[in-house]
Amino acid sequence: MAANSPAFRTGQIVFGAAVVFFLVAPVIAILPLAFNSSVFLNYPIESFSSRWFVELQTSETWRRSIINSLIIGCGATVLSTVIGTLAALGLRNTRLPFASLLRVMFLLPMVVPAVVLGVGMQILYTRLGLASTYLGVVVAHAVLCVPFVIVSVSASLGGIDGSIERAASSLGANPATVFRRITLPLALPGVISGAVFAFATSLDEVVITLFVAGPNQRTLARQMFSSIRENVSPTVAAAAFLLIIGTLCLAGLAGLLRWRQNRLAQASEAA
Amino acid sequence: MSGSPARARVSALLLVAPLFLFLAAFFVWPLVMMITVSVTDGTVRQVMPETASAIGAWDGSGLPPKEVQDALIADLRAPSEQMAFGDAVRRLNSEVSGFRTLLSRTTSAVRDLPPDQTVDLAGIDPRWGEGRYWQALQRAMPNYTDRNLLAAVDLKRDTEGSITADVSANRVIMVRTFTIAALVTALCALIGLPYAMIAAASTGWVRNVLLLAVLLPLWTSLLVRTASWVILLQNEGLINKALIAVGIVDQPLQLIFNRTGVVIAMTHVLLPFMVLPIYSVLLGIPRNLMPAASSLGASRLRAFWHVLLPMALPGVASGSLLVFMVALGYYITPALVGGAEDQMISSVIAFFATGTANWGMAGALGLILLVTTTALYLVYGRLSRSPNMVGA
Repeated sequence: MAANSPAFRTGQIVFGAAVVFFLVAPVIAILPLAFNSSVFLNYPIESFSSRWFVELQTSETWRRSIINSLIIGCGATVLSTVIGTLAALGLRNTRLPFASLLRVMFLLPMVVPAVVLGVGMQILYTRLGLASTYLGVVVAHAVLCVPFVIVSVSASLGGIDGSIERAASSLGANPATVFRRITLPLALPGVISGAVFAFATSLDEVVITLFVAGPNQRTLARQMFSSIRENVSPTVAAAAFLLIIGTLCLAGLAGLLRWRQNRLAQASEAA
Repeated sequence: MSGSPARARVSALLLVAPLFLFLAAFFVWPLVMMITVSVTDGTVRQVMPETASAIGAWDGSGLPPKEVQDALIADLRAPSEQMAFGDAVRRLNSEVSGFRTLLSRTTSAVRDLPPDQTVDLAGIDPRWGEGRYWQALQRAMPNYTDRNLLAAVDLKRDTEGSITADVSANRVIMVRTFTIAALVTALCALIGLPYAMIAAASTGWVRNVLLLAVLLPLWTSLLVRTASWVILLQNEGLINKALIAVGIVDQPLQLIFNRTGVVIAMTHVLLPFMVLPIYSVLLGIPRNLMPAASSLGASRLRAFWHVLLPMALPGVASGSLLVFMVALGYYITPALVGGAEDQMISSVIAFFATGTANWGMAGALGLILLVTTTALYLVYGRLSRSPNMVGA
C-alpha cells in the first residue's frame, strides 16, 4: 500500500467501476425488456416488439392508471407548489416567530415512514369521507411533496441579493410590485424545480396510495406494484421505460433550471 | 419587505399559515388519530353503556352485584347497531374465547322474554355464573387501554392485570427489521465510504461519472429499480445465467424471495444516501492534508487511519443514520423482493390496517416505528448541523 502504487490505483479503478456498474446496471437492465416480444419478463430478447406499449394504451387498467397518475400528479403538484412557495416566502422573513420550528415541521413529511402516515390517513379519511376519492389522494400526495418544494424554493430565495429588493423599494416600488417584478422572477427557477420534484414524488408514490386510494384512483405506480407482485408481465417494463424517460426529462429540466440560476447568480455577482 | 416590523411579521405569518394549517390537518392530525386509536378502546362501552357505568364499582371478586347483571340485560335488550355489536363481540372474544357464543345466546334469550320479566343470566347460560366472563367484561370497559401497545411488544395483561409475556410474532419482526436495517447500513457504509473517497479524490469527467452514477438511481423511480432487481435476481435471471455461464454454480442460486435479495436491493436503493453525505464532508477536507501526512513519514494506510478517516467520520455517521432511518420504514422492496420471512415492521402494519382492519394494532406498531424514526431524525439533525472539524 505504498502511496500512489500502481496496484493501489488499479484497485481504486476496479472498485469504482464495480460500484458504478452496481448502481447503474439495474436501472438500465429493465429498459430493453420493454421491447421484448416474449411474454416472460426476462432475457433473452426474442425479437423486437412494441406490443407491451400497445398493451399499455389498450388495457383499460393500465390506461386508466396512467391517466390517474397524471391527474393526481398535477393536482398534488399545483397544491403543494402554491402553499409551499407561500410558506417558503414567509420562512424567509427574519421576523417570523418559531421559524426554525416551522421549518422542521414542514420537512417532517419526508421523514415519517410512509406506512405510518398511511395508517393515520386511512383512519382520518374514513371519518371525513375522503377515502377512495381523488381529492383525498391528491391531498395525501401533496403532503409528501411539500418538503421538496420548501427545500427547492428556499434555496433559490436564499440566493437572492436583498439589496436588489431594497433598491427597488427605495426607488418607490410598493411591496407588491417588488414581489411581482423582482422576487418572483428571481425565485421562479426554484419554484419550477420544486414543482418538478413534487410531480416526480407523486408519480412514484405507492405506499400512501395503497392506504387511501380506491380501485378508481389506482395510479401507475400502484398498478406496477400489484403487477410485479401478482403476475410479472412485460407491461411493467414498458411502464418502467415510460417512467424512466419521464423522470429523466424532469430531472434534466430541473438541472437546466439550476444551471441557469447559477449563471444568473454569477451574473448578478459580476454586475 | 418594507413597512413596520409588526406588519412584516403579520405578512410572514399569513404566508406560512396555509401550509401550517394544511399540514396540521393532513399530517399531524392523522398521526394523532393513529396514536389515539391505538390507545382507545371504546367498542364495548359503546354498545353496553349501562353495563359500563355499573361494572366500574364492582371489586372483581366473585360475581358482580345484581345491578350490574340488570344493566347488562338492559343493554342487551336495547337495539344495537349490527356492526358496532360485532366489533364489541370480537373485542370480548379476544379476552376470553367463547364470549361470542355466550353473548349471542344470551342476547336472543333476553330479547325473546317479555320486557318486565326478571331474567336469570346463569339460567340462560351457566357461564354467567363464572367470574372470569364478568372480569373480561370489566377489563374491556375503560376508554383507554394499553393492550395494543403491550401486544405490539408481545406483552399482555393477565386476569389479575399484571403484565406478562404473550405469544405473537411482533418482537421477532422488530428484531428482524433492526437486523436488516443494520445490515444494509453496514453494507452501504462499506461500499459508500471508499466510493465517496475515490469520487472526492478524482477530478474532471471521472468525478462527474462517479457522481452521476449515484444520482441516476436516486432520480429513477423506486418501483422501477425494484422491478429491475426482481428481473435480475430471479432463478432464470441475468445474474444466475451469468454465474452458470462462468461456471461458478451449476444450479441457479435462490436470490429472490429471501433475505439475500432484500439486502442486495435495499443496499442498491439506499447507497446514494450514504455516498452523498460522506462526499460532501470529504470535499471540505483540505486536499494537502494527505500529502502532508506522507511527507511526515506516514504510510498511506496510517495517513488514512489517523487523518482522513477521523475527518470523514461525521459524514459516515450522518449517512448511516439516514440509511438506517429510511431502511427501518421500508415497505415496497421487502414486499416485492422478500419472502414471508423477510417482511419488516411496515408490512405487518400494512397487514393489520388493510388486511384485518385492526387499526388499534396497526397504530400501536406505527407508534413504535414513528417514535424510533423521529428520535433518529433528531440525532441526525443535530449531527449534520454541528460544525465540521475543518471549516467546511
